[in-house]
Amino acid sequence: MAAKVKKALIELTDIKKEYVTEEVVTKVLHGINLTIKEGEFLGIMGPSGSGKSTLMNIIGFLDRLTSGKYKFKGKDVSKLDDDQLAEMRNSEIGFIFQTFNLLPRTNVLDNVKLPLIYSKKKNKIELAKKAVEAVGLTKRISNLSNQLSGGEKQRVAIARALVNEPSLILADEPTGNLDSKTGQKIMELIEDLNEKGHTVILVTHERYTAEHADRIIKIKDGLIVEDYKNHVRRRAKDGELVK
Amino acid sequence: MEFKDAIKISINNLRANKVRSFLTMLGLVIGVMAIIIIMSVGAGAQSLIINQIKGFGTNIITIMPGSSDESGPPTAIMGITITTLKYEDSLALEKKSNVEHAVAASAFLTGQGTFSWKDSSIETNFTGTTANYLNVEEAEVERGRFFSKSEEKSMARVIVLGSVIAEDLFGNQDPIGETIKIKKHAFKVIGLMKERGVVGLENQDNKAFIPISTSQKLLLGVDHLGSIRIKIDSTENVDQSIEEIKQTLREQHDIDNPKDDDFTVRAAAQALEIVTTITDALKFFLAAVGGLALVVGGIGIMNIMLIAVNERIREIGLRKAVGARNINLVTQFLAETIVITLIAGAVGIIIGAIISGLVALVANYLDYDWDYIVSLQSILLGLGISSLIGLVFGLYPAIKTSKIEPIAALRYE
Repeated sequence: MAAKVKKALIELTDIKKEYVTEEVVTKVLHGINLTIKEGEFLGIMGPSGSGKSTLMNIIGFLDRLTSGKYKFKGKDVSKLDDDQLAEMRNSEIGFIFQTFNLLPRTNVLDNVKLPLIYSKKKNKIELAKKAVEAVGLTKRISNLSNQLSGGEKQRVAIARALVNEPSLILADEPTGNLDSKTGQKIMELIEDLNEKGHTVILVTHERYTAEHADRIIKIKDGLIVEDYKNHVRRRAKDGELVK
Repeated sequence: MEFKDAIKISINNLRANKVRSFLTMLGLVIGVMAIIIIMSVGAGAQSLIINQIKGFGTNIITIMPGSSDESGPPTAIMGITITTLKYEDSLALEKKSNVEHAVAASAFLTGQGTFSWKDSSIETNFTGTTANYLNVEEAEVERGRFFSKSEEKSMARVIVLGSVIAEDLFGNQDPIGETIKIKKHAFKVIGLMKERGVVGLENQDNKAFIPISTSQKLLLGVDHLGSIRIKIDSTENVDQSIEEIKQTLREQHDIDNPKDDDFTVRAAAQALEIVTTITDALKFFLAAVGGLALVVGGIGIMNIMLIAVNERIREIGLRKAVGARNINLVTQFLAETIVITLIAGAVGIIIGAIISGLVALVANYLDYDWDYIVSLQSILLGLGISSLIGLVFGLYPAIKTSKIEPIAALRYE
């Protein structure tokens, strides 16, 4: 079987991150080197304080690196200003958070439409409806966010993450606030997205969740300590481990 | 981000918390309402006063005995009797050779007395005047006639009654042809004046007119005048006529130095200007006080918006995380504040207009000649100021959103 040569989506070279508060300097990332290809399903694992969230924030343009080089789709994006970062977040990244982070007192459609408001796309309502359909919530499209169950909320979040057709989906403990059955469904959805070609980065401290990815890196004390192909992929659909 | 999205978000947030929105707007509503009421009621009162002064006649010049400085009240009003003004003065002032634009001049001397007819009697006043009273004052006789020039000079014992005096003395009976006694002298009623109501701050129907010579010599035993009123052909010529009148009177009274003038010349047009200036100043001063209420209202709104920014920190973080730039958030929150202030302004204008309308209704019911004025100017002012308040007091909270970092905001409990 001829292997398709996949392009590198993300290239991180010697990424270091430190926070300065008053006179205290906290070093969080001590030199991360990482290349992520298009279409990959990457799991980032690590204990609290390991720097995995910081790494995810830098990849997702929510935070700036202190030193090092970040190339996205071949372009150097190490030194972007606030507005440029916002633009990248809007067009290239889709976030899925542990705590869902939906707009209160707002219905499903308007929640999913949110990233589109800040883009220049024309057919906003259509795109939003399509994304809602993709996560199977068309029946609930007019419901307010507080009328949804946990699983439904996370689906809305996923639809929102997809609506701008981003290059990368970043999921931070997506099943952390869900029961195992609902969590299962959500992972199914995320796997689906990856199968359709989306690049997915899953950040978690649980091995069980990370094992849905086909590549796992482990972070400890601001450095990558392990980076391996996951041959024992857990498939949510089957609930079984697959080789 | 489109403008209509910002508006939609604003209205959503307002509806979500109706009680808080209402309380937030209340200060501004009251402030705008107060300004509308002040300007409207002020304009109504102003027009009432001006209409009364116009009733004096803007092309009429009044001469009173005794000097006074230009801006002060004439001495004659102070209750001191000055006897320098004479009937001959009124004749001289009517001549076009003296006052080019004079149409007619009427002389006045009033007194009080008991009017009796058969069994009824009343204490009232009589006004001695000249035959051309009707011309100068633009008044009319309803029945009968006014007295003639010859009667004016010959101390005729004739009297023309205003409707209030006629009714007080005669009840429903026709007074014409009847004889009434004033200070033991018999007067024949030859005419009844048409009703005029309150003009120039006096109830014109509460007057009775007799020839000037009769008033002076028969009833009061004097030969001076209380005042002279001259009608000028047009308001434009009033200023010129004032000078000519002064000249004429100086000649009549043998006065060389204007400082020795023993008369006061006033035109209603001047009074009109003064009153308009004063009431305008009052109106704007009061409106400025109302403006203070607006500032207080604005500060209240700024406070609420600051709290709102804090409360919605997660929402702000989320919006930034999905791609909102700082300017988008600033615009959103500024729009919210302006929407609040505009709605408050509109409500204030409506309530203010209603209350002013009620005031006008009551005033007119009480027979005051009150105009209900809610000018487009005051409405635009109200809306404009509301928007400005929204802009000024909304700016600080809006700018605070730029300081919010998405990562920290999303973790905010």
